[in-house]
Amino acid sequence: MKKVQFKSSYSQYLFLAPQLGILLIFLYWPIIQTFRDAFTMQDAFGFGSKFVWFDNFLFIFDDPAYFIAFKFTIIYSFVITLITGSIGLLLAVQANNVMHGKSTYKTLLIWPYAIAPAVVGVMANYFFSERFGLLYHLFHELWGFNWYESVFDSYIYVIIAGSWKQISANFIFFLAGLQAIQKSVIEASMIDCKNSFRRFWTITFPLLMPTTFFLIIINITYAFFDTFGIIDTTTIGAPSGETRTLVYKAYMDGFRGLDLGSAGAQSIMMMLIVLIITIFQFRYIEGKIHYN
Amino acid sequence: MTRFITSSFSHLILLIGILIMVVPVWMIFASSTHTSSMINMNGLQMFLGDSFYENYLRVLLYQGGFFKEITALKMFFNSFIMATGVAILSVVTSLMAAYALVYYRIKYATLLFWIIFITILVPLELRIFPTYSVMAELNLVNSYFGLIVPISASAIATLFFRQFYKTVPDELLESAKLDGANTWRFFVDFLIPLSKTMIVAMLIFMFVFGYNQYLWPLLVTTSEQYWTVVMGLKMMSGSIVHRFAFVMMSMVPPILIIIVLQKYFIKGVFQDK
Repeated sequence: MKKVQFKSSYSQYLFLAPQLGILLIFLYWPIIQTFRDAFTMQDAFGFGSKFVWFDNFLFIFDDPAYFIAFKFTIIYSFVITLITGSIGLLLAVQANNVMHGKSTYKTLLIWPYAIAPAVVGVMANYFFSERFGLLYHLFHELWGFNWYESVFDSYIYVIIAGSWKQISANFIFFLAGLQAIQKSVIEASMIDCKNSFRRFWTITFPLLMPTTFFLIIINITYAFFDTFGIIDTTTIGAPSGETRTLVYKAYMDGFRGLDLGSAGAQSIMMMLIVLIITIFQFRYIEGKIHYN
Repeated sequence: MTRFITSSFSHLILLIGILIMVVPVWMIFASSTHTSSMINMNGLQMFLGDSFYENYLRVLLYQGGFFKEITALKMFFNSFIMATGVAILSVVTSLMAAYALVYYRIKYATLLFWIIFITILVPLELRIFPTYSVMAELNLVNSYFGLIVPISASAIATLFFRQFYKTVPDELLESAKLDGANTWRFFVDFLIPLSKTMIVAMLIFMFVFGYNQYLWPLLVTTSEQYWTVVMGLKMMSGSIVHRFAFVMMSMVPPILIIIVLQKYFIKGVFQDK
């Protein structure tokens, strides 16, 4: 908090009003409605709805498709975080190493960040189409790749499509993290430890912990929510629902199936997951890492 | 000598990384300059063909959609309105809210803080149908307002501005007060010029965020007149090279903005590091 502040009876509220107003109408009102949907059930003709306690939640726990989507979302977030994090870190370390062309490399690696997931998905589509997809044919030659039928192959398809652009975000943040490490620390470590590989893992990487954990959260959020556009333009859940994320399944149940009760209950389950991840981040991780 | 080897190794890794990023996009671009029959017979192309003008002009001006009511040009116009609207609305409201939170002694400050920042945990995807029904109730379906405002309901920029204001030395306000500046003058004449880099960074971030929206425009526009570029990808019909051309054009505006303004973007986002 500032030591010097303004005191006024009303002008602070004038500054707060626009954002608060938008949040209340376009965020809190829908959230309240989400809860109302989740605890009610529409009758078959859409004339009325009645309060059903946790029935909608019980239905999703009874639905095997929900667990398939749950499993996929967990695997998807984990693999995307791992792939994009390690490639992003590898590239950032190399870019931080070179004497010449640092900013050129930065420019040439940063732009995929700006591309919409849906656009990435449409592009991935061309490389995985049965007709002229290069990757489709390459993988097909190697092990009979066929994402229309094999769950494993469809995972590979959406993982490649989902990881591609996210490497950029990881690269940018890791590079910024590396550049924030003080020169003196690095110089001192060069005297103490001649092996650059060991130096990286014992000195540099621990100093990057704040960036790493921040990126883990960013990547998980990306895999949970932003990949909707990718799934919807690539497999659409193929072979038979195995590549649907939780968000995608909730949307399909609400939109195609017009089951707003189930969509609401699924949304609340996801809010819980996000909440748990956030609390975990604040309580556990923030306490354990040291900032430079 | 070892320095030369390790640095060559670094360049090699970076080059592979760049190729992974550039080659797929280049191939779609190269393919978009050929004819459809060429693509259908020979697959994706590595080298440029000579149908560039023909394909791109046709995509820009062709009346597409189910009812043949919209051209790609109009979609770009819509996307531009939406992205600009999201950027300006969210940045202006966030600047103001962050100002009130940092520079005022407010009753229930902690409660207000949480009311604003907990919203970051509830992305639009989690409340999409209720948001739609709110928009329907307010009669905002099929309007620019409906495309823009729910996307602007975001406290991310507020978080960044708040962090930034907290690093501004207290002396600034003291001296401004000595100069006789009131709250509004201090905000406009002192704080906003000081936060220029951060403002540009947030404008870029929110512009790209707005431009790249896919699910929300898909839901909130039933009239083709309000279709945006990114959602149009799924809607556009046409032959394969025209789809390539459309995909290529769809990614130009955000990439251009990120590349041209990357200094501001990186500086703004990492200011407090």
